[in-house]
Amino acid sequence: MKNLISMRDLSKKEILHLMNIASKIEEGKIVPDMQRKLAALLFFEPSTRTMFSFDTAMKRMNGDTIIMSGTGQTSVKKGETFADTLQTIAQYSDIIIMRSSIEGSARFASEIVDIPVVNAGDGANQHPTQALLDLYSIVKTQGTLENLSIGLAGDLRFGRTVHSLAQAMALFNVKFKFISPSFLKMPQYIKDDLKLQGVKFEEYENMEGNIDDLDILYVTRVQKERFADPEDYEKVKGSYILEKTMLSNVKENFKVMHPLPRVDEIHTDVDNTEFAYYFPQAKNGVYTRQAIISTLLGEV
Amino acid sequence: MSRIKQIKVNAIRNGTVIDHITAGKVRKVLDILELDGKEIVMVGMNLSSKKLNRKDIVKIENKELSHNEVNSIALVAPNATLTIINDFGVVKKVSLEIPEYIENLIVCPNPKCITNSEDIKSKFRLTKDEPVKVRCHYCEKKYLIDEVKIKK
Ligand SMILES: [Zn+2]
Repeated sequence: MKNLISMRDLSKKEILHLMNIASKIEEGKIVPDMQRKLAALLFFEPSTRTMFSFDTAMKRMNGDTIIMSGTGQTSVKKGETFADTLQTIAQYSDIIIMRSSIEGSARFASEIVDIPVVNAGDGANQHPTQALLDLYSIVKTQGTLENLSIGLAGDLRFGRTVHSLAQAMALFNVKFKFISPSFLKMPQYIKDDLKLQGVKFEEYENMEGNIDDLDILYVTRVQKERFADPEDYEKVKGSYILEKTMLSNVKENFKVMHPLPRVDEIHTDVDNTEFAYYFPQAKNGVYTRQAIISTLLGEV
Repeated sequence: MSRIKQIKVNAIRNGTVIDHITAGKVRKVLDILELDGKEIVMVGMNLSSKKLNRKDIVKIENKELSHNEVNSIALVAPNATLTIINDFGVVKKVSLEIPEYIENLIVCPNPKCITNSEDIKSKFRLTKDEPVKVRCHYCEKKYLIDEVKIKK
């Protein structure tokens, strides 16, 4: 693996290998040493959480970071091309971790610099480190990625996270329940891809009554702004809010995941149940990113 | 080959005949061809065809197509055949095929795609979809061939 740009580039074997490295890092069996290594965090589109997660991952391995956030700080403003900015930064650092609203920008970057590039999100396209940390959280809680029953709930139309997760899990004989308002359904092109791969899925418009046979429920936010008529939002929003009372018949191994930040789509009364997994999930993001960075820099 | 078509083909001394163009696509083919305005070009539209029922055809005197032109035409008219004529005789006849890998021929329709904001060559690959689609190497979006613009 030279770069991490898209989940499409990863084989099942490579995914499982990264999971294994992340697990060994978490258990302290592998201690990657990034001393004297510098990661450039180029966040052309700001995202504090993702940036902190990478920053933490690097510093937990004794590495260091240089950070650029938002276009305000860049020379892009002065008329320097994107390509020149990247090539300059590549002279200073050992690895580039970048986020941008321009789709395909990380792929392009990986083609013009000769240090590894990690895609930390390129518009509506890919966010592979999020998909990998989600997979790591699933394998950690379920002991396997194979033959699981996974519910994806909320905004399935615009949510890049659920798209990547659906595509990644397709490699592992998954059974999906897609739970969303009718106009925020999983896009047809994703469903077509899943059908081509023989993945089973069903679609629902209610969380309640549809979670008892799941191993994982992955919740995302249904945003009020997506609705043309605020009344329509008021009508459906209750169907996409998870509460403790809905968890009385779930499976023992059941876990609730969420990419964070949460607003009110998971009631805080779920937080202290054994099923809440969204905060550990965030922590898993650090181990996963440590595994990715150290693999790309040839340190594990 | 019908007698009439034979006459038409042989009417060119040197040049290229693009036959079996999907009916209605000849304008797109003409858009792709790099012509200097001085060539003799003959265009036939909605001619009857055994293979396609209806077809379009283009004949150009004194022109051989470039690699890019051939690949672009394959995209808009995948059933087309190309005949190179020299001194009234058929020198070479080839059926076109959409290339698996398409470099710098397609404009990505995604306005947020990097190929539309940086000066870089677009790259597309054919997918396994039916009907066939092309996927952008950069933004990874898939499009039907009818949805994309062919670069000139
Ligand atoms: Zn594109």
